[in-house]
Amino acid sequence: MKYRGARILIEALKDEGVDLLFGYPGGAILHVYDELFKSSDIHHVLVRHEQAAVHAADGYARVSNRPGVALVTSGPGATNAVTGLATAYMDSIPMVVISGQVHSFAIGNDAFQEADVVGITRSCTKHNYLVKDVRDLQRIVKEAFFLASSGRPGPVLIDLPKDIQEHECEYLPRDQIKIRKRRLYSEADADKIQQAWELLKQARKPLLYVGGGTVLSQASLELMELARLTKIPVAMTLMGLGAFPGTDEQSLGMLGMHGTYFANMAITDCDVLFSIGARFDDRVTGKLSEFSKHSQKIHLDIDPGNIGKCVDIEIPLIGDVKQSLKALLKIVKKDENTLTQYHQQIDSWWQQIRDWQKKAPMTYEQGEKDITAQYVIDRFYRLTKGEAILTTDVGQHQMWTAQFYHFDSPHAWCTSGGLGTMGYGFPAAIGAQLAHPKKKVICISGDGSIQMNIQELATAIEWKTPVIIAILNNRFLGMVRQWQELFYDHRYSEVEMKVLPDFVKLAESYGAVGLRAQVKGDVDKVIQQALQVTDRPVVIDFVTTLEDNVYPMVPAGGAVSDIVLA
Amino acid sequence: MEDNYSKHTITVLVENEFGVLARIAGMFAARGFNIDALAVAPTENSKISRVTLVTHGHERIIEQIVKQLYRLVDVLKVQDLSDEDCVRCELMLVKVSIDSSQKEKVFAILEEYGGRIVDDYQGKILTLEFVKEHEVTEEILAALKSFKILETVRTGNIAMQKGGHEEAFYSADINEINE
Ligand SMILES: Cc1ncc(C[n+]2csc(CCOP(=O)(O)OP(=O)(O)O)c2C)c(N)n1
Repeated sequence: MKYRGARILIEALKDEGVDLLFGYPGGAILHVYDELFKSSDIHHVLVRHEQAAVHAADGYARVSNRPGVALVTSGPGATNAVTGLATAYMDSIPMVVISGQVHSFAIGNDAFQEADVVGITRSCTKHNYLVKDVRDLQRIVKEAFFLASSGRPGPVLIDLPKDIQEHECEYLPRDQIKIRKRRLYSEADADKIQQAWELLKQARKPLLYVGGGTVLSQASLELMELARLTKIPVAMTLMGLGAFPGTDEQSLGMLGMHGTYFANMAITDCDVLFSIGARFDDRVTGKLSEFSKHSQKIHLDIDPGNIGKCVDIEIPLIGDVKQSLKALLKIVKKDENTLTQYHQQIDSWWQQIRDWQKKAPMTYEQGEKDITAQYVIDRFYRLTKGEAILTTDVGQHQMWTAQFYHFDSPHAWCTSGGLGTMGYGFPAAIGAQLAHPKKKVICISGDGSIQMNIQELATAIEWKTPVIIAILNNRFLGMVRQWQELFYDHRYSEVEMKVLPDFVKLAESYGAVGLRAQVKGDVDKVIQQALQVTDRPVVIDFVTTLEDNVYPMVPAGGAVSDIVLA
Repeated sequence: MEDNYSKHTITVLVENEFGVLARIAGMFAARGFNIDALAVAPTENSKISRVTLVTHGHERIIEQIVKQLYRLVDVLKVQDLSDEDCVRCELMLVKVSIDSSQKEKVFAILEEYGGRIVDDYQGKILTLEFVKEHEVTEEILAALKSFKILETVRTGNIAMQKGGHEEAFYSADINEINE
């Protein structure tokens, strides 16, 4: 069958199982929108800003483990999408973004709404394509989805000139389309896995350091089994939260700058550190020369580029987390009769950890009146029984959510860990809600961040997504204020939100439910009220304490062991 | 300088895709790696090009360069040739302005380094061609300093492993899969 390019794109997307995409139209992508109009198999979510389209696709991908898809026009449409791409790239989120482009013959002529999108996005995509011939289009789409979701996942962009959308060619069944083969890793080298177990076995103070790669590889069950068999403590990165149940007694919670005291002490003091799908990010390691100095390190990662990038590794395991853990488990099970002895071997390590936990448990103070942010998150946790999907923006509220919503399962947590993008949370929540219509989705945001994509209330209303937006309103760009308080001697430079909208009225003006909590007693009431709403978004303005700080805190540039408790 | 800080010649086989050089150069720039010299040309397989680049850095950096190159989708194979037994050379063209009394000296240099004259403008301006390892072309340039050098063009080292190693990777076609 002969189709024009625009139709081929739609058919190829359907072939990849796409039934939902997020986008915003414009001149250079009109033919595609025309085909979308005629197709009933793909639902298009019209956002109100292209950045939101990409974040929504990102949220969709994180909770469903399927690539998210976004569609934007050329020039400003594509440049608006860049922040979303960079966000997804830093967190290795599978995604395909299609941008319209001016006619091929106009490329390079500074045509109206032309931008060098392939050039601009080269360093924030896993790969990108400029389609120069309609006969390549089907292959490129298939390859894009393959690349986005295989190996270390990531966003892939397809730039599609307007004339290519018009050109006709033969549309082929998907299984006749050949794509180029890529290096793919399944399980790590068997000898290395054996060595890893030998090293772990002789450890007296072992630690599992679990990152987002474990979530992406869907390896929670294998991780759980390894932890159960060996009784090794588990600490997670911001991106790894949920890979192992946060409420499990073997969990030490989060590592890093605002991680728990005991996780940070454990990583400092351990003698064998097993990194599983993590990348020794500076927010976890603190000052590198002081980081986990006494440990021998095993590093399991699918991207060889991550191994040895920041710290020296004794045993590199290059491979998929799930497959490699499976192989490791087989070896561990052969030693099953020695495991009881192993548990005794690491018993004094556990006592040490329990002491740390007693010294500095994760708690907060909540008085009778003024609302603290931690309390709000704690109440959300209790009232949703920990079963909601949480998204956040960036700042103090993000860290408090990570600390106090004890994620027990993976794919229920969307936060911009690598890029730290304010404005991410709400659109990501819409995407997550559309992927899981039955689940409760809550976006925890700040009074600063929410204003970066508040316009998406319109989208949420249109799609009747009952996302709860909880604004922890401290009238400050709180995290920046915290740094100014601690490191700039209280010089609060441009961090006060002197003008804020009335969030309740703002919500209502869109047709959403607006609620406000001003004292502690209001908190449960508004949360329960919000949880009842099923057909539209709810904005809750939690008026919280002004100048609370996130603790514990590893001072920037300091050693992890310099962690400050309060 | 520490002892493990050295020059490396890295060869990269890439698919002849649009923008592949920009990807490589962009990755080097974005990650703060150096490129001292760069040569790109198709191989005997028209779908595949070879990029040869000369860089310098500590072992860890070189290791990262190789790994980060492998992350680029169009990159098929990366090899650090520094530790291998290799033939290396670069092509250098030098335009010198001389008077008739200097001709002899020029010939002597050509003789010594196996160069030749590729253009002769009225016996006064000569374009000389040399094919030698980079270190040697440095020497040649130094020797030519006694004349007036008008222009120099060099390709930077390219390199190839000596002897008969395994069948070249790219002699087969690029693998394609239907998946
Ligand atoms: C797009 C963007 N701009 C700037 C920053 C820097 N930044 C990090 S946290 C923060 C403050 C966020 O304030 P708010 O959303 O009110 O959250 P709070 O910290 O008060 O919880 C800022 C400005 C960022 N992360 N992202």
